[in-house]
Amino acid sequence: MRPIDRLQELIFGKRSDGEAPIVLDRRRIFILPSRTGLLYALALLVMLIGAINYNLALGHALVFLLASLGLTGMVHSFRNLHHLRLLPGRVAPVHVGETAEFELTLENDRPYARRALVFTAVAGLPVNAAVDTNGRTTVAVPVPAQRRGWLALPPVRLDTRYPLGLFTAWSQLRPAMRCLVYPSPIFTPLPASRPLPNGSARHGEGGQEDFAGFRERQPADSLRHVAWKASIRQGDERPLLIKEFAGGSDSELCLDWAATDPALPAETRLSLLAGWVIDAGQRQLAFALALPGVEIPSASGREQQRRCLEALALYPA
Amino acid sequence: MNQKRDASLSREQPPWLFAAAIAATAPHALAQPLWLTAFAAVLFAWAGWLWWEDRRLPGRWVLMVLTVAGNLAILAEYRTLFGREPGVALLVMFMALKLLEVRHRRDAVVVVMLAYFLLLTHYLHSQEIAVGLWLIVALWLVTAALTRLHAGPIERRENLRLAGTLLLQSLPMMLVLYLLFPRISGPLWGLPEDAHTGRTGLSERMNPGSIAELVTSGEVAFRVRFDGPPPARRLLYWRGPVLEDFDGTTWQRSSRRLTEEVVQADGPAITYESTLEAHGQRWLLALDAPLALPEGASLDGRLAAIVARPIDSRQRFRLRAATAFRFNLQEAPATLTDNLRLPTAGNPRARALAREWQRQARAPEELVDLALRHFNREAFHYTLRPPLLGRDAIDDFLFRSRRGFCEHYASSFVFLMRAAGLPARVVSGYQGGEFNPLDGYLVVRQSEAHAWAEVWFAGRGWTRVDPTAAVAPERIEQGIVSALPAGEPLPAFLLNRADWLRDLRHRWEAVNNTWNQYILGYDGERQRQFLSQLGFINVDWRLLATLLGIAGSGVLATILLLNLWHRPRLDAARRLWRRAQRRIGLNCAPQETPLAFAERVRRTDPALAPAVDAVVRHYLLARYARTDPEHLAALRAAVNRLPRRRIV
Repeated sequence: MRPIDRLQELIFGKRSDGEAPIVLDRRRIFILPSRTGLLYALALLVMLIGAINYNLALGHALVFLLASLGLTGMVHSFRNLHHLRLLPGRVAPVHVGETAEFELTLENDRPYARRALVFTAVAGLPVNAAVDTNGRTTVAVPVPAQRRGWLALPPVRLDTRYPLGLFTAWSQLRPAMRCLVYPSPIFTPLPASRPLPNGSARHGEGGQEDFAGFRERQPADSLRHVAWKASIRQGDERPLLIKEFAGGSDSELCLDWAATDPALPAETRLSLLAGWVIDAGQRQLAFALALPGVEIPSASGREQQRRCLEALALYPA
Repeated sequence: MNQKRDASLSREQPPWLFAAAIAATAPHALAQPLWLTAFAAVLFAWAGWLWWEDRRLPGRWVLMVLTVAGNLAILAEYRTLFGREPGVALLVMFMALKLLEVRHRRDAVVVVMLAYFLLLTHYLHSQEIAVGLWLIVALWLVTAALTRLHAGPIERRENLRLAGTLLLQSLPMMLVLYLLFPRISGPLWGLPEDAHTGRTGLSERMNPGSIAELVTSGEVAFRVRFDGPPPARRLLYWRGPVLEDFDGTTWQRSSRRLTEEVVQADGPAITYESTLEAHGQRWLLALDAPLALPEGASLDGRLAAIVARPIDSRQRFRLRAATAFRFNLQEAPATLTDNLRLPTAGNPRARALAREWQRQARAPEELVDLALRHFNREAFHYTLRPPLLGRDAIDDFLFRSRRGFCEHYASSFVFLMRAAGLPARVVSGYQGGEFNPLDGYLVVRQSEAHAWAEVWFAGRGWTRVDPTAAVAPERIEQGIVSALPAGEPLPAFLLNRADWLRDLRHRWEAVNNTWNQYILGYDGERQRQFLSQLGFINVDWRLLATLLGIAGSGVLATILLLNLWHRPRLDAARRLWRRAQRRIGLNCAPQETPLAFAERVRRTDPALAPAVDAVVRHYLLARYARTDPEHLAALRAAVNRLPRRRIV
């Protein structure tokens, strides 16, 4: 954070903007000359001295016009932010190591375009935006996700040097937005399905499940499950087939905390579990998740995957 | 300012920089050495080609070598790196080199700043109207380059309009600054030697041909506005340096200090204001004889007015003069002796002629008459192109060539008078002037440069004698053009006698003069005048600062208001939509779409449904298919068909 931002925070506090739309009124917009502006001022001073020294009437006029241009530019810099509306938008969950994108919708109800808006939440990751006359647009503010759990959007600095680069007008945005960060997955083979406690009587009855049909093999399927005979009947060009078994009610895939190596750090174990959850989700298997203190019953589908990943993300460290 | 802010330039940005660089440097192309123009042009073309081909810019060491080579070349050309001309040359070179290393916005900003700086340097050469106009265009381009760097992706036309709008909105503030910013006149420190080059004007030495050279220039020497009616042309003798020392070929100003002049006016006083163009010397070129001088000016003992510092910029003076006058009825004997002095040898025939006249004349006045009659009777010609004269220049002129310009006549006349024992000296200056009826200014050009003589009679003092008038009286009565035979090398515009052309020239000069007087000539003095017209008596910097603050804030507030004040305006369709809701006493909820609203009405109020359906349909068409204005009319009709209901 730059000293000016810190000073600003000190003076104006760090109140959150909540979830309501943010309207940039004049109390929220700050403006100061940029480094280019200082260079420009210095150049004008030298030019003025030159004009006086050589007694150049038009030189005076030029310097005065350029000085006025600077002031007009200042007004336009301010105007570029003035009365811009920002609405907090969606945030898609990400994994640790990825970049969260916080969507902000910009609304411009003025008859001029807003250009060269720069949003920065994290130094070094600016994102540019522009809004047409009476238009709206969405900007995704990137924040790298470094730890699992909730990632709150840090204060976003919206600044602009439009139109001449001589002044920087800026505003601090603090919309209440957060992003769920899942553990970064580590992919290992799924653990073996284990029989259900009440289905133990049927164990040993030969076939585990009832044959239900074939489906195309996906890269994640083990070669052991390939129905070779059926595949050959299909001919060369077709992908391999996998036997599918219905039911599975008598055995279930449980992704269990206890099944991971206790010697590993907790975060790694969560990553392993996350890898399994994603793997199982992609294979459209039904699975359950068991964490110390958290039990998610078996189910399949995207919702199940999301719920399990959320549980992993929010699992107390 | 982190690295990301100095983002690399996009593909569309460099052409704007090229345009700005060319606009800022092109007018220098003719004034600077040819090699520099070629050097800059090659670098520009190179930068342009690299951009066109999308190639990498040259490495640092290439630029280093070019910079060193350029600096050395400029050093070799000007023998220095400081001063006006080498300074401009350096700026042009830096501009060309900088274009070859424009990678980031930071570099591009430097190019723009250099361009602004270069715009200023054009005024060192000329501040004419045309230059002013060209620089407006250039300023627009340079500013557009700056906006192109900072406004994000933007179309070409849009960008030009943005830069134009910014400049136009800056004009009122510029005007306030121009009028009210405290003006400091004069250089802040000693100017480099080449600050004022190429100034034409009288010099303090006169040899045959020096004035004729001046006369071929059509440049304006000064402009005069008389408070009353202008005096007759033949009385307009503007005195420059008085030349007393003669070495056989050259007349020179004497450095001897003389006592103060005694001038008696014999006629009415004439007051006038003279605007002198810069001539780099101290001569005020006052009308003979000056009675009152502006502050800081003085007479040099020979009735020539001088100012304390060389006139290096256009300046205005108020003066008073009398064309009928008596000057130094008493003269110091030493001065009279000086004005009788001749080289010990040379020009024997002229001396003999003078002795002959001396014998004939009974009074000194008759000597003058004899000489003038001689010039008049013998076959003397007035020409700008006299033949070269031999060693005894006066003899050669008087007895052989007999063709000469005013300096020949003045010089030989004074020689003859001195040889005949009458104190005499050469006066150089200007004679006449062209009256412009459009703005009432008398324009005196270099072509009006003249030399005449002054002789001293006991009891009458120094008296003007113009031997040129004896040979070519038209020169004094009507001006140089009438006096010279056809084919003389005068500026073409002076020779043209067509009325409409002269009228056109007068118009143009009047416009130029207004520009000079009120725009270029707006100095501390004019500023005081302007403010006193507004009712401010004691104008000091405090008053100026206050006025500047008030007027500046006013203008800034206006610009702020114009830009930021915004009346929330609904378009016609939305206005009608609101009216429709008021009319039926139902509101479309904020989260409800118009179609959902229609659906709700259909459920709750079936009687109203058809009319509301029509309104909704036309409203959606009017808002989202805006190209067709008929939708709006249909919407209006549909709204008017709605039954009026009050909210119960």
